Order: sequence, then C-alpha cells, then structure tokens
Amino acid sequence: MPIQYYIYFCLALFSIGIIGVLTRRNAIIVFMCIELMLNAVNLLLVAFSKLHHGTALAIDPATTVGTDGQLFVFFIMVVAAAEVSVGLAIIVMMYRNTHSVDINFLNRLKN
Amino acid sequence: MNAIIFSAIMGVVMMFSGIITEKKSAISFVAVVALFILLAANIANTYGLCSISINTHDLLHFSKFGLYFNSILITAALIFVLLSGSAVEKVGNYAADYYALIFFVLCGTSILTSFNGLLMLFLGIEIMTIPLYILTGADKKNLKSNEASLKYFLMGSFSTGIMLMGIALVYGANGSFALTTPAAVPNSAGVIPVSFLLVGGYILLFVSMCFKVSAAPFHFWTPDVYDGAPTVFTAFMSTIVKAAGFFAFLVLFEANATLLGPSWKIMLTFVIIATLLIGNITAVFQQSVKRMLAYSSIAQAGFMLFALYTYNDLAKEGILLYAVAYCLATIGFFAVLVKVKDHSFDGFNGLAKAQPVLAFSAVVFLMSLAGIPLTAGFFAKYYMLAAVIKSGGSFWIVLVALVFAAISVYYYFKVIQAMYFKSGDPEIMEVSSGYKTAIVLVSLLVIAIGVLPSIVLNWFYF
Repeated sequence: MPIQYYIYFCLALFSIGIIGVLTRRNAIIVFMCIELMLNAVNLLLVAFSKLHHGTALAIDPATTVGTDGQLFVFFIMVVAAAEVSVGLAIIVMMYRNTHSVDINFLNRLKN
Repeated sequence: MNAIIFSAIMGVVMMFSGIITEKKSAISFVAVVALFILLAANIANTYGLCSISINTHDLLHFSKFGLYFNSILITAALIFVLLSGSAVEKVGNYAADYYALIFFVLCGTSILTSFNGLLMLFLGIEIMTIPLYILTGADKKNLKSNEASLKYFLMGSFSTGIMLMGIALVYGANGSFALTTPAAVPNSAGVIPVSFLLVGGYILLFVSMCFKVSAAPFHFWTPDVYDGAPTVFTAFMSTIVKAAGFFAFLVLFEANATLLGPSWKIMLTFVIIATLLIGNITAVFQQSVKRMLAYSSIAQAGFMLFALYTYNDLAKEGILLYAVAYCLATIGFFAVLVKVKDHSFDGFNGLAKAQPVLAFSAVVFLMSLAGIPLTAGFFAKYYMLAAVIKSGGSFWIVLVALVFAAISVYYYFKVIQAMYFKSGDPEIMEVSSGYKTAIVLVSLLVIAIGVLPSIVLNWFYF
C-alpha cells in the first residue's frame, strides 16, 4: 500500500482524537480520545519505519536504518502506560470528592 | 550523565527515607543533602573531574551551556527546598514522596538540558511532567487542587499527543530522530523542495512546546493550574520546570528555525506579542496575588521567548540570566506568599508593620520581577532586548516589550502599596528567625546579581 494511505488514515484517527478531547465532557472519554491520538502516532511511526527501512534495504541488505521508529513506539507505549496510571488515579481522586467525572465541573476554578 | 543518574537514585533514596523515619524535618534534611550531592556531581561533570560516561549513541549531548544551565536549575531547587522545605512538609502526610517526585522532575530537567534528538526530548518532557501532575494534586481533600491536577493532566497529555504527531511527521521526512535535518538537495530547476511533512511536523512541535512553556494562545491552562496547586508546588513548577522547558524549546529550534523560512519570525512575533499582551493585561485585573503571579509568569514567558527570536551569544547569556533572576525572585516571593494566609491583595495590607523583614524581601523580589534597576530582573530584561537590537531585529518589537514591562510595574507595585501604605492586620503564620535570615540572603543575592551580573555569566566561560 502507498504511504499516503497510512498518512491520511493516521491523520484521520488523530483528528477524531482531537475532536473528542475538545467536545466530550466525560473525563474518561476525553482520556480515551487522548489514547487514540497516541495510537494514531504509533501506527504512523511504524508505517514510516517500514518505508525508510525498505528504501535503505534496497541499497544495503544488512542495514538497520529506519528501525528506530519502531523503537520509539515502545517508548510511547511505556510512557502512555505511566500516564494512564497517574491519570486514572487523579480521576478516581476527583470522583471520591465530587461523585462525578464530568469536566464541566472544572469551570468552578475560574471564579 | 552524572545529574541524570544521581537524580534518579536520589529520588529512590527519598522514598526509602520515608520508610526509615517519620520525622518530617529529618526528611527535609535528607533532601537538602541529596541536592548538594546532585549539584556537586553536576559541577564535577561540567569540568570533567569525575563524570560517569555512557555511550548513548548520540541520544544525549553534554554541552557546557546545557550543563551550566542544569547547575542553575539544581541550585534553584536547592534554594527552593531550603526556603520552602517546611511548607512542603505541611502539604500532606507524604513529605518523602513529594521530595522523591521533585527529584524525578529534576531527572527530567537534566535530560532536557542535554537531549540531542527528538526521542530524548519526548522522554525528558514526560519524565518532567508526569510527577508534576501528582504534585499538583498533592492536597487530596482540596477540590481546587483536584481540579487543577485533572486539568493539568488532560492538557498536558493532549499537548504530548500533538508533540508526538509532530515528531512522527518529522521522522517521516528525515528518516531519523536527529535534531538537525539533512540539507535538502535543490532539484534540477535550482529550487529547494519544501517537505510538507517536515514543516507540518515542526509547526506541531512549536505548538506543543508553546503549551509546555505556557505561551499564548496556548496558555489557558496555566492560571487555573497555578492557582489550584498547593502554593509551594506552584513555586516549583512556575520556575524550575518552566526554565527547563525554555531551554528545550531553544535547543530544538536553534537547529531548525531556518527550516520554516520567513514565516518562523512572523509566527514567533505573533506568539511573543500575544503572550506579553494577555499575560500583562489580565494580571492587572486579578484580585488574588497567587493568580496574579500565574499571569505574570505568562508575561515573563513572553520575555524569555525573545531568546528564540535571536540566537546570538547575548541571547544565550540573556536566557541564563533570565532563568536565574526569574527563579530566585519567584521562589522568594512565593516563600513570602506561603506565610500569608489570605492570598488576596487585601491580605497583604499592613504587612510592613507586622513583618518588616518579610515585606522588605518581598519588595526586592517584586522589583526584580518588574525589572527595576539594581535588581537581577533588570539585567535579565536588558540582555534579552539588547540581543534583539544586536541581531538587527525590528525595533518596534523592543518598544512593545518596554511598554508591557511598564504595565507590569503597576500590578507588582500594587502588592508593595498594600504592604506599606495600607493599614490592616494581616494573618501571618509563625515565621522563625532562620526563615527570615534565609529569605533576606536570597533577596541580597538578587540585588548582588543586579549590581554585578557577571557573577552569573562568568561561570559560563570558565
């Protein structure tokens, strides 16, 4: 498949994530949309990695050029897991105090 | 490498110190000792005395500038713990864990002052911000703290998502995560092809870095988060973390600003003017001193962005001096604010009568933030603007910055006016004589740097 398909697909996923973050009011769903954004990036990185590796292979069959993109994906996964553990703890903490996970509640601070 | 390894180890040591002893003052003492060790390790690394070196395959690059900047940040953290250690103990029952998180943040800042690729940039920013989400929500029973923490977390991970998309697009164009882009080969007609992936990627990176350093129009989370977080941790994250963010911003775009062509200057000018405008004008209308400081930190970010506008030596010296001046003054003023129970302007009424020493130090810190001569803030602002003029940049942007600096005098002096010229009975927590001595020493340091800025800058060259 041409790389453009991957780029368009990932940008679409990413945009869905952004729209979700900006419009949804449930903290958990906002959180899931952020995860969607990160996963769109993961997919794009893997696609690019394959592309660069493929072009480098044609020149030198023993090359490792382009594999670092896939390594980056593992880093993103680890960091995202750390973020999930902290984020869910924060949401639980808020739920204990207010019995809701609605982020409209956040507007109180402005006054 | 020393600072990264030691700060991670010290974080673990702090967690264990919480198991061994219940005494909070002992925990603060351990933190101070650990920070001294960290500072010594980093300075030893700067001069190559005993540095651990690991082959990182060009992921990290240790320059004199970065190591010196890191020393400044660690020193600021040391002053923060010495001054506000007692306030950190009062936030909750987990003093050892707060210190551990502070050390993990310092690990992130050490990575950010030495990164040499987009992978380490991403890891540094995440290691720095994830502990901050927890510190923001440290006051678990307080609703404001909860809200601030959730808001910071959602906005922070949202901007991380944008940053990652930028990195992925840059990777697609370059084929590597290196900072410098391989020079594009002109095509047969002599035109250098523009890679949309590259330009789009760097614009997304720019947006996400603006988020992290709270530059307008991506500043909206800052006032709420700084206002809601426990006051001590606001002092920490509005100084050390922000300065490290600026350093990363500078290094990232020092290598790549030319890529965006003339539109880079236009984009940056817009961001600088918007940041100065929104920060200063909104700060004028605040009722709470803490919230005013949040907006003033946005305004100060506008000044620090001038270092990105010009990359000459003067701008590098300027960002060093600005980091020192801003960290000292903000940490010092927050140390006064912690002791005042009512954070509104009226809460400061008559402070000069009740606590003359605290009030005097507060005046020095506020004057430094406003950039009055004989304080460190003056030379910081002077170097920034001189760098713009030296690089032949537009003169009108300097004039705009000066006008906004004049506006900032108004809201800083409103606090001084409340302290000295209004009568009242401020509610103040108990202030020990050691605390007073420490705070006066910091204010004397601010004045010393204001008279002789070379005491900061000379170290950069030796």
